Amino acid sequence: MSFLLQSALLDPVITTGLDNRELGQLVAQGRSSRLLATLMLELEKAGVFSQLPDSARRHFNSTLMLHEKQLRDLTYDVSHLRKAFDSIDERLVLLKGAAYLQAGLAVGRGRLISDIDIIVPSAGVERAENALKAFGWENSQLDPYNERYYRQWMHEIPPLVKPRRGTTLDLHHTILPPTAKAQVNAELLFEDLIEIEPGIYTLSWKDMVIHSATHLFHEGEFHHGLRDLWDLDRMLRDFPNQDPSFWQELVARARQLDLSGPLFHGLNYARQVFNTPIPEDVQARASSSARRLRKPLMDFLFLRAFRPDQPECRLAFTDPALTALYVRSHYLRMPLHLLLPHLVRKAWMSRFGDDAASDEDSATEDAARH
Amino acid sequence: MQYLRDIPRPELERRLAGDGVSLTVGPYRFNLKSNLAKVSEGLRKLYADFPLAEADDYIDFPVAIRSTGPLSRPRGKSEFSFEHQRPFGFVPTPQAFAFLEWGMNWCLSAHTNEYLKLHSAVVARDGGAIVMPGVPGAGKSTLCAALGLRGWRILSDEHALLQPGTTDVISACRPVSLKNESIDVIKRFEPDAVFGPESHDTHKGTVAHMKADLAPDSHDTAPLPARMMLFPRYSATDPQRISVRRRTQSFILAAYHSFNYSLMGEAGFDAMRTLIDGVQCYDLVYRDLDWAIQNIGELHTKACRQ
Repeated sequence: MSFLLQSALLDPVITTGLDNRELGQLVAQGRSSRLLATLMLELEKAGVFSQLPDSARRHFNSTLMLHEKQLRDLTYDVSHLRKAFDSIDERLVLLKGAAYLQAGLAVGRGRLISDIDIIVPSAGVERAENALKAFGWENSQLDPYNERYYRQWMHEIPPLVKPRRGTTLDLHHTILPPTAKAQVNAELLFEDLIEIEPGIYTLSWKDMVIHSATHLFHEGEFHHGLRDLWDLDRMLRDFPNQDPSFWQELVARARQLDLSGPLFHGLNYARQVFNTPIPEDVQARASSSARRLRKPLMDFLFLRAFRPDQPECRLAFTDPALTALYVRSHYLRMPLHLLLPHLVRKAWMSRFGDDAASDEDSATEDAARH
Repeated sequence: MQYLRDIPRPELERRLAGDGVSLTVGPYRFNLKSNLAKVSEGLRKLYADFPLAEADDYIDFPVAIRSTGPLSRPRGKSEFSFEHQRPFGFVPTPQAFAFLEWGMNWCLSAHTNEYLKLHSAVVARDGGAIVMPGVPGAGKSTLCAALGLRGWRILSDEHALLQPGTTDVISACRPVSLKNESIDVIKRFEPDAVFGPESHDTHKGTVAHMKADLAPDSHDTAPLPARMMLFPRYSATDPQRISVRRRTQSFILAAYHSFNYSLMGEAGFDAMRTLIDGVQCYDLVYRDLDWAIQNIGELHTKACRQ
């Protein structure tokens, strides 16, 4: 059940034996999974990239250039964000991709980002939002329903944008919607921050892993699922090498945050898909009898999600599995009496409402720009 | 070397609906799939002289425009895909050919960075090229088509691919996209010009494409040195003129017209500087195509002698 991208990431040497058709598939799998630049750097590290034909190499290179551009932009944007946060004497805490890149972690190698995620303590959201607006960030245009939905039920405010630069900023105040089953005390995250540059912070490494897993296993769509799982794999290989207490304390921390469920899934699938070396006792401690019971079904669903969206990678029953995961994610995030009206409303809007019209418009506009 | 024209019509349709047909476009290979009659008709007209890729060539851009599914077919909707991803959503099937062309442009603009790419038409004669950047509507495609019909080689009406560190441009010759009045302007200018299917009521109005590989060396892949940069602007009222444009202004304007100048960072700056240092830059305001072609020709001859 392995697929080419997985094999190439784990054993780069195999790429030297691929013919052009297979190389094309590998590039398509890498590109659609947002792992092409990452794969290139893995192939370089193994000393095999230069052996690939020019015709394939240029596609890897083009994506790496995009990654490098994002690195430059991020440094610039972060320095400006810091000014906004300095003005209110608040710490700038980066999450996810922005944190991996800015902290220069191994997990950031070739990592593409689509926006910048930051987190503030929930009491400081309004102040932070106002400060950001004073420094040129603006609310994105949302219709009133979506705006209200964000404000009332989400763990982040509606995305902010920097006009002309086109950067999108997601300001979080906790890591799961307040309606979610897990009751996360996000204030705990701020006790363990790492200062990577003066005034610029990331979560602690353990929290970074737990947050990454939480985000991934509450997600309804898995376009970036494989990439996010790769993030976990890279962190789980890198952090224990530098922090001997990492494995010891990881599960306890997840329990403290009420997030041992996503951590269990994260460890399980990182190991199944990327052979991540995880100590037996850690995996056992993250588990529970209920989780062991559900594991066969969950494996059936998630192992279909953690594959590139390419025809040669599809397993039987992929569509119903992805639908089931979509439903699961909503159910995890919201109780049914809130969820059902929301889904009906969404379905209505996408079929008949403004959303549907604007989707088609943006499709034409996208194409028109080129 | 085999060409698309060598494939008999029924077989072409069968292959387009199956594994696709692979064409060479400049330095790239496209694999095209479609189950739409209008698309195969357009390809037969406009891509007849395109070299086919070899069976074991690396395919850069596997693309398709298809109407499939129990809902979209009867509703007359089609969808473009690249590497099985569908970035743009559904379009009306009668506009499919235009969207295939836009999709193919998008492949180059979004997924290649080995060249500095300007949003620009490029034509060549006597071993030297002219880069003609312009905003949509400036009349660069119309001028490009007319030049092509008067013996110039068309390298592209959309992408100038510049080899960083040189003033060399690479051809990615594909049909020229003409809109609204421009279609009739060119049909009157040259009644023998070959056109593909018209797509009506697109977001750009009516669009039709003109066969562009009219020169014997249209599909050569060797780099050609750019001899000048020309910023064309069609105007029905302003006096026609060609005037020297300052290099600094040209730099800024060309960077503005680039798809990946800022993505390339310092390499983009260096590539642009090498280009601007190496060519003379002009503004062209035109109304009459014959006048423009005459004057561009004289200027080009002079530039090539220098």
